[in-house]
Amino acid sequence: MKVGSWLQNHPHLLERLYRATHWLFQRLQPPIARIGYQRADRWLRGSEELLKRAMFDCRMCGQCILHATGMTCPMTCPKNLRNGPCGGVRANGHCEVIPEMKCVWVLAYERSQAMPIYGGEIHHIQPPVNRQLEGSSAWINMLTGEDKNVPAGWVGTSTIPVISQQSPLDSPTH
Amino acid sequence: MTEYKSGSRLERVLRSGRFAVTAELNPPDSADPQEVYEAALVLSEVCDGINATDASGAHCHMSSVAICALLTRAGYEPVLQVSCRDRNRIAIQGDLLGAAAMGVRNVLCLTGDDVTVGDQPQARRVFDFDSIQLLRTAKIMRDKGMFLSGRKLTVPPHLFLGAAANPFVPPYDWRPLRLAKKIEAGADFIQTQFCFDVPRFRHFMERVRDLGLHKKVFILVGVGPLRSEKAAEFMRTRVPGVIIPDEIVERLRQTPKERRQAEGKRICIEIIQQVRQIEGVAGVHVMAYRQEELVAEIIHEAGLLPRPMQPGLPEPAERQRRKRTEQSI
Repeated sequence: MKVGSWLQNHPHLLERLYRATHWLFQRLQPPIARIGYQRADRWLRGSEELLKRAMFDCRMCGQCILHATGMTCPMTCPKNLRNGPCGGVRANGHCEVIPEMKCVWVLAYERSQAMPIYGGEIHHIQPPVNRQLEGSSAWINMLTGEDKNVPAGWVGTSTIPVISQQSPLDSPTH
Repeated sequence: MTEYKSGSRLERVLRSGRFAVTAELNPPDSADPQEVYEAALVLSEVCDGINATDASGAHCHMSSVAICALLTRAGYEPVLQVSCRDRNRIAIQGDLLGAAAMGVRNVLCLTGDDVTVGDQPQARRVFDFDSIQLLRTAKIMRDKGMFLSGRKLTVPPHLFLGAAANPFVPPYDWRPLRLAKKIEAGADFIQTQFCFDVPRFRHFMERVRDLGLHKKVFILVGVGPLRSEKAAEFMRTRVPGVIIPDEIVERLRQTPKERRQAEGKRICIEIIQQVRQIEGVAGVHVMAYRQEELVAEIIHEAGLLPRPMQPGLPEPAERQRRKRTEQSI
């Protein structure tokens, strides 16, 4: 875990590494598609788990948003929060549930401040977790687009067209 | 003309520009609804919405949905609190629809305290949603008229959506931006965690105003009385997210024992009066941990009575009010 912590404390280096890996997988998409995504997933997920567990304490949720959370795995948060910290953070910045552990989101925010490439994504609204992807390879899910598959009713943007066609976001000023 | 999300009494008071008051009803450990009715009788005259808590502190009591069922049938206006700790997305969406069908028009969407802070830490924690996904889902049900799966609702729920904010815990810099995210997700109003550190809250509100958020959401500040310095110690160590500055604990310790409860009440009233002066604060949310009888006194002594838009008080409360008026003549 020592290498992992060192890397995580250098988030800009880590985000460049992430971007390179992302680029690499996209280049490898044609041969992977020929092998077959399901087979590739079976081959990959073991080593992906080992590597990512050593680096990030990865929990193999299958829908990695590491670059949007300061390269700090949100599934290590006992409440599995994907959009930021709860209101139970202790005064010393430690977790409500695990007092010895620093709050994952306190770390995520600090680190994303040092990430010029992806740091701003911490402010995006993350959709509910798809529990069916647990244990599968997040890289393959990225290639197939499975990790972007949200429930049919989900709207990720800030404006939701209301049924009665009114202006959706009322300003409460009178 | 103002467009209402639900037209609830709380929403109407807030949108009219008046300072709003909400209060928490402590749910009983009883199958008898009488305690609920007695508490509601007092609270309905002194606040614009009554919060029915959802196993707060991970201690189970009569459920919030049940409290809302009892309150709505008697004509009171509850705020349904929904925590993500105990129920998955399927149950929560069903509860929102059912609550609206019962007449609930305010919902507070919370992450929820963890199971380990309660008296049944062996339980499984759910957290299928977080508070932001919950808010967004409730907004989708209300504004798109469908479940998360895309399945259409025949009649969508009309709900005034709320969320919590805790500017008193780290990461402090992020908290105003997290508020912005909650507003984007669908929050119409906010109830904060207990405010005992007014300077920190003032600083938070400065950032909120810089971001223009006070114009997009109604912020009600959480306040409450401390019965003694022991109660203060209990709350700051055992209740997640409650930060009490040492000066306040010291102030209570210095007070003679028999006057501590009154001092705690006075501190609460002082805080209400201070936060009321802060630009962007739309109201207060009174939480009396094991001291419900003080809620009405505090609201009265802080100069927040009478509550506006009272016509249409539920029958029992109206009778009580008339009796008191007659007796005072």
